Amino acid sequence: MITYWPYYNKVFAMSLTTQDVQKIARLARLAMNQAEIEAARAQLSGIFELIAEMQAVDTRGIAPMSHAQELSQQLREDVVTEANQREAFQAIAPQVEGGLYLVPQVIE
Amino acid sequence: MEWEIVIGLEVHTQLSTNTKIFSGASTAFGSEPNTQADAVSIALPGVLPVLNKGAVERAIKFGLAVGAYIAPRSVFARKNYFYPDLPKGYQISQMDLPVVGAGALTIQVEPLSGNAKPYEKVVRITRAHLEEDAGKSVHGASQGLTGIDLNRAGTPLLEIVSEPDMSSAAEAVAYAKALHSMVRWIGICDGNMQEGSFRCDVNVSVRKPGEPLGTRREIKNLNSFKFMQQAIDYEVQWQIDTLENGGKVQQATILFNPDTGETRSMRSKEDAHDYRYFPDPDLLPLDITPAMIEAVRATLPELPQAKSGRYTSEYGLSAYDAASLTASREMAEFFDASVSMVGAAHAKLCANWLIGEVSAQLNRDGLDIAKCPISATQFGGMLARIADGTISNSGAKEVFRALWSEGGTADAIIEAKGLKQVSDGGAIEKIVAEVMAANADKVAEYRGGKDKLFGFFVGAAMKASQGKANPVQLNEVLKQKLAG
Repeated sequence: MITYWPYYNKVFAMSLTTQDVQKIARLARLAMNQAEIEAARAQLSGIFELIAEMQAVDTRGIAPMSHAQELSQQLREDVVTEANQREAFQAIAPQVEGGLYLVPQVIE
Repeated sequence: MEWEIVIGLEVHTQLSTNTKIFSGASTAFGSEPNTQADAVSIALPGVLPVLNKGAVERAIKFGLAVGAYIAPRSVFARKNYFYPDLPKGYQISQMDLPVVGAGALTIQVEPLSGNAKPYEKVVRITRAHLEEDAGKSVHGASQGLTGIDLNRAGTPLLEIVSEPDMSSAAEAVAYAKALHSMVRWIGICDGNMQEGSFRCDVNVSVRKPGEPLGTRREIKNLNSFKFMQQAIDYEVQWQIDTLENGGKVQQATILFNPDTGETRSMRSKEDAHDYRYFPDPDLLPLDITPAMIEAVRATLPELPQAKSGRYTSEYGLSAYDAASLTASREMAEFFDASVSMVGAAHAKLCANWLIGEVSAQLNRDGLDIAKCPISATQFGGMLARIADGTISNSGAKEVFRALWSEGGTADAIIEAKGLKQVSDGGAIEKIVAEVMAANADKVAEYRGGKDKLFGFFVGAAMKASQGKANPVQLNEVLKQKLAG
């Protein structure tokens, strides 16, 4: 059974609440004002309506797909191909020290 | 009424590939920060993950070793959360369709207390899935800042999940040890716990027998078997005390502090477990063909259980001895190499020495068998001299001590220390005669029925031979001569 996303059950409710959108925004670390939340609620609800339409199709007997393309993953040989490019990468980093990328303090 | 303990483990094993799971950057440990963090590891825009064949082969190898289902098709998913050591904002993992399905591992449990006997138990494995490791946060690098090293980001992990089949700290530790031994045995993980190659999360709950499962708390990131045992003991007691005092256990993620021996709750945000998994569109499904499985099967060494079974049937060893000798691949290889020098007929001698003297000395010196100062060749050379009667068991102990501290060969040590035992019948008879002559009164007492004096004569004769008399022969000659 596919248990990916808790909002799938909203498909049957057809529309999201303001609280749903606020939670999604918080999880995505998006700061949204009231007007933006309302706009996003309408857009997301529209997407769920589209999903609901697809859900209505009888797919019994069809194997579930996990990717849009019916191909399988190519494998790479376990051989080192990447050189050290730290200097180039860190030239565009906001702050570095002793080879480390610096970020605002994280406390567990 | 007694409480029942329920424990399940999630173990993260770093796979011993040369490169990362989704890119060709090196996974070597201990390099300068970020020198192995390539464009994929630091999640530059536009990069795509390409799956490492070596990681897939190791996952298959593990599945075969625990008799598990290998999924013909498995799928990678994104696990979404924000943390600075995870630059993409999601970890690529597997959710609904993991590469390895249900299997099982047989463990040998050494009860920690009382006189309870060791016993065997089968622990069911729920699944094992491939995923990428995160980077490392370096705290206190600069005031108010955290340093991020992404060398570890993208290192392949196989997360092995067990069923909640363990009911004591001893069983949990036995399972972790058996798993640790197994991943090293089949060569998919170096097992270095200090370097974080083998990390255990332990789910613990308690309940009254017959009742539904209690609420569990998860002890994260235990990297030593000793800490695991301490953490479980503490946590179990805490949960029982809480419940018996009328409290409730809340589901939580907790950390063990080795300095205080206590567990404490991590400050967890309310959304911490809302990972919003979905299939990763950057990766196609992983198809594993029967041919690929067979190719990996051909590389599997003889597994511990099969080896242990062979030791009992071919060499007549006890199940306990066989299990001890197959506790690690290095131990089993040491045993095999020594037996090949002295012959299968002396396998028991070999086992006794390895499980006894060698293990005790390794323990005293804080070493494991891989670091044993005596090679299997040196050891086999010494056993061969016990087997052919050149040295006695006590002489062998002296040879062993010399080999351990000074090296060399058993033959040279026997020669230098004059340890060759006297097995010449004439010489032994002469010694016995001398001892009897010097103790005529005791001979009379012995012949008068004081059997206990036999030990005195053995001791005196052995002393007269400077400990070199072949004890078996000496006993025989003494018995015969004393009988008159």
